[in-house]
Amino acid sequence: MSKKENFLKGFLKENPIFVFLLGMCPALAVTATFETSLGMGLLVVFVLTSSNIVVSAVKKWIPHDVRTPAYIVIIATFVTVVGMVTEAYALDLYLALGVFIPLIVVNCLILGRAEAFASKNTVVDSAIDGIGMGLGFTFALVVIGILREFLATGGIMYGVYLPFFVDAPITIFSLDMIINLFTNGFVISDYGLKVFSLPPGAFIALGIILAVFQFKKARKDRKAAIAKMERIAELKRVALEKKKQAALKLAKAGGK
Amino acid sequence: MSFAIFATAIISAMLINNVILMQFLGICPFLGVSKKSSAAIGMSAAVLFVMVIASAVTYTLYDLVLYQYGIPYISTIAFILVIASLVQFVEMFIKKTSKSLYKSLGIYLPLITTNCAILGVSEGNITNIWTKTIPYWEGLLIAVTTALGTGLGFGLIIFAFSSIREKLEASNVPDAWKGVPISLVVAGIMSLAFLGLAGII
Repeated sequence: MSKKENFLKGFLKENPIFVFLLGMCPALAVTATFETSLGMGLLVVFVLTSSNIVVSAVKKWIPHDVRTPAYIVIIATFVTVVGMVTEAYALDLYLALGVFIPLIVVNCLILGRAEAFASKNTVVDSAIDGIGMGLGFTFALVVIGILREFLATGGIMYGVYLPFFVDAPITIFSLDMIINLFTNGFVISDYGLKVFSLPPGAFIALGIILAVFQFKKARKDRKAAIAKMERIAELKRVALEKKKQAALKLAKAGGK
Repeated sequence: MSFAIFATAIISAMLINNVILMQFLGICPFLGVSKKSSAAIGMSAAVLFVMVIASAVTYTLYDLVLYQYGIPYISTIAFILVIASLVQFVEMFIKKTSKSLYKSLGIYLPLITTNCAILGVSEGNITNIWTKTIPYWEGLLIAVTTALGTGLGFGLIIFAFSSIREKLEASNVPDAWKGVPISLVVAGIMSLAFLGLAGII
């Protein structure tokens, strides 16, 4: 596997949430808005990359029988670090994520990568795997977050929880901008589906996204099955023709 | 301190802030072992058992050790280690004392270490209940009651959901929705119903 493949596999082919259903708790809990999903994803990228690096660096000295507790301590250390950094630099994000920052420790994705990848590969490969998988996780969270925030408020905000690069909260995109070309004083958020910002909306939004993925996969499988059947039919036809020709030859030889 | 505090704690933990449908903790076992009712009952009994013990132990650890010695910031590391070893210990203890209990709970116990509901409840007890002034015993009792209510809520939902899922297996679901997607939508509808209970207290 090349380094580029190793990096890109986390986005679609081996996406932790959409394909493997790992780390579902944060995928449901912190995706009410685009920003909280992005923040959570970046924290996971950091923890996953650092824990992958450390695990692959010290893998020789960890006895096989106690490897899981050792990995958990390494992960918990980095989670404590990111928790403190978030509290210091983005307090609103820290309060919005709440208990889900310490719960990164028991995120199956991180322990799973430590066990399945970092304990068998070199430091550089593990770091690339950590960044790729973490960004794949972030991508999945952001997709869910954008869908939920858009359905709930009709727009995407930035700057409420992540106070970087902007002084005040700004609206990245909103349906208001389009609708107000034709009319005046329309406020889309009055007509939002508020349930999508509440817990039930999380389940339903993730269900819809997973159904889309399953639909695409089923269609691909069906196409592959049809192509395979066509190939088999072609092979059968060729074999039959050969048989016919052989029989014809035999008949000719017999006639002589 | 009165009976009302405990009643409130148990009802709010079980129905209003339901651990699965409102707080999204323990989604993995919720989707993983809820295909059969019997497995769901076994898993929720094991979770209830470990959750009550773990929250008592972690609350005690935080109040009497971590806070007293000024190191509350390592609570995450300390809690996960305590929970992991506690699960191991409970498993050995049950194996030694009660063979029948071990048979029904044994296979679910190792899965519980990485169940985020346990760590989530332990951390939640510290943020929601623990204060510098609350007496140790009072805080401990409320923490244990909350854990009991949370465990019961977990069992209620996972059992109800497994019953729905057994029916769902037999029904004609479109191919794209089969399996996890339809389960998530069903959970969403259940969550919608539980949202209506918010007015009880």
